[in-house]
Amino acid sequence: MKAKNVVSQIYLWLLIVVLYAPIIMIIVFSFTKSKVLGNWTGFSFELYRNLFTGHSGIGLNNAIINTVIIALVAAVCATILGTLAAIGIYNMRQRERNVLLFVNNIPMINPDIITGVSLFLLFVALGITRGMTTIIIAHIVFCTPYVVLSVMPRLTKMNPNIYEAALDLGATPFQALRKVLVPELLPGMLSGFILSITLSIDDFGVTYFTKGSGGIETLSTFIYADARKGGLTPELRPLFSIIFLVILVMLVIINIRAAKKTKK
Amino acid sequence: MSKLSSLLSSRRSWAWPYALFLVLFVILPLIMIIIYAFHDSTGSITLHNFAKFFTTSTDINRFIYSIGIAIITTLICILLGYPAAYIMASADFNTPKLMAVLFILPMWVNFLLRTIATAELFSMFGLPLREGALLFGLTYDFLPFMIYPIYNTIQKLDNSLLEAARDLGATPAQVFIKVTLPLSLPGIYSGIIMVFMPTVSTFAISEILTKNNIHLFGTTIQESINSGTMLNYGAALSLIMLVIIGLTSLIGNGSDNAREGGIV
Repeated sequence: MKAKNVVSQIYLWLLIVVLYAPIIMIIVFSFTKSKVLGNWTGFSFELYRNLFTGHSGIGLNNAIINTVIIALVAAVCATILGTLAAIGIYNMRQRERNVLLFVNNIPMINPDIITGVSLFLLFVALGITRGMTTIIIAHIVFCTPYVVLSVMPRLTKMNPNIYEAALDLGATPFQALRKVLVPELLPGMLSGFILSITLSIDDFGVTYFTKGSGGIETLSTFIYADARKGGLTPELRPLFSIIFLVILVMLVIINIRAAKKTKK
Repeated sequence: MSKLSSLLSSRRSWAWPYALFLVLFVILPLIMIIIYAFHDSTGSITLHNFAKFFTTSTDINRFIYSIGIAIITTLICILLGYPAAYIMASADFNTPKLMAVLFILPMWVNFLLRTIATAELFSMFGLPLREGALLFGLTYDFLPFMIYPIYNTIQKLDNSLLEAARDLGATPAQVFIKVTLPLSLPGIYSGIIMVFMPTVSTFAISEILTKNNIHLFGTTIQESINSGTMLNYGAALSLIMLVIIGLTSLIGNGSDNAREGGIV
């Protein structure tokens, strides 16, 4: 049993090492000012300084701002839309529920390129100029299904009578939603929200087809355009090193807290 | 009673905004793909786009090649991912949560940047940026999407079934083959959906990892859509992909399994 355990552990850690090798490479080379990734020209904080003083170029700065705005707006909209939808779906008859959940699955199963191309054709056919708004709509499309699926399990676990009880005690439907349903569903909403942010920030395929030619770039499309030109803006290295380390520290803290709780 | 039923029906209607949203931005765009695919650029109905695909040898070859690459990538992901998910979900492994987090964490660093770093790592070690690099990079990018659903299904397995099998005299290998593996098929199935189609349709990853030497089907679609004049051809190619997605979903009895294994 012991030997088997060791082998399993080694296998997992090997996978982890391979998975993290490119990230470690990015972090290591964020501390040298060479333009090319993989070319060490001595230790330097210059890229970090450039990033924080805005000397990394207007393109990257705008891409960062756009990415954050799109992720926040899309995640908030998806969370509201998806939570209401989950409550509605939960109270539907079997048939309607199945139809809606089937359509809800489509954006999750479709690869990015299909979602992107289909929305692209819709916007072209309707004569809608592509830009920030179309990107946000597209991101709501692929984020909301995950919110719905995160909130649904909380609804099944919830006592179905407490909403009615609130209404019987004189709460308006809106008050009952705010004071009874939302607190019960909050964990599901939160994980849906975080998942939406993650998906939105990492998306490339859908954004690529819905951003139009107005010059709006997110980090993904900015990196792609950069890679096509042959050079990669070096400040991207410190940027993602920071994002990665912040998330890592956050997760470690959450895990330690959870471990302490279970021990107690 | 009438008050109760009216309340129920009102909560059911909370899903209507999302239903409307799905019709507008999921169903209508897919209909757009169909409409564009069967029209030429002057607006008359035609099958020419499909005829063009089946007679253009570069495009059809690229399509078959992409399917092959996607099958290999999916198989590698299952072979590498299943043991990892199994080890993580098995009871005698004490830090499954941390491991699950470690496998998702890399997704916070933009996948294009990670792909660029992978390409640099390959050049650093003097490895050629060809098929091997492409398969490595695709596996690297999609492995977490295989591990996670499998991990989810194995973790939710009813332990009493395994105990019953053991009590009835099954060897560990028999327990695995006759109980664990069949019951984790939904997870494998949703893993396949998460890996196979995105691989066929990827364009950025293959372009970066092979320095534009190898193009997958996604590049063909992207080039057609971007050219402006071959919009209808791009739509026809997308429709072909949609049909394949539909078929893969049908074969595995689609949405139910995908939901059970769920990535969420």
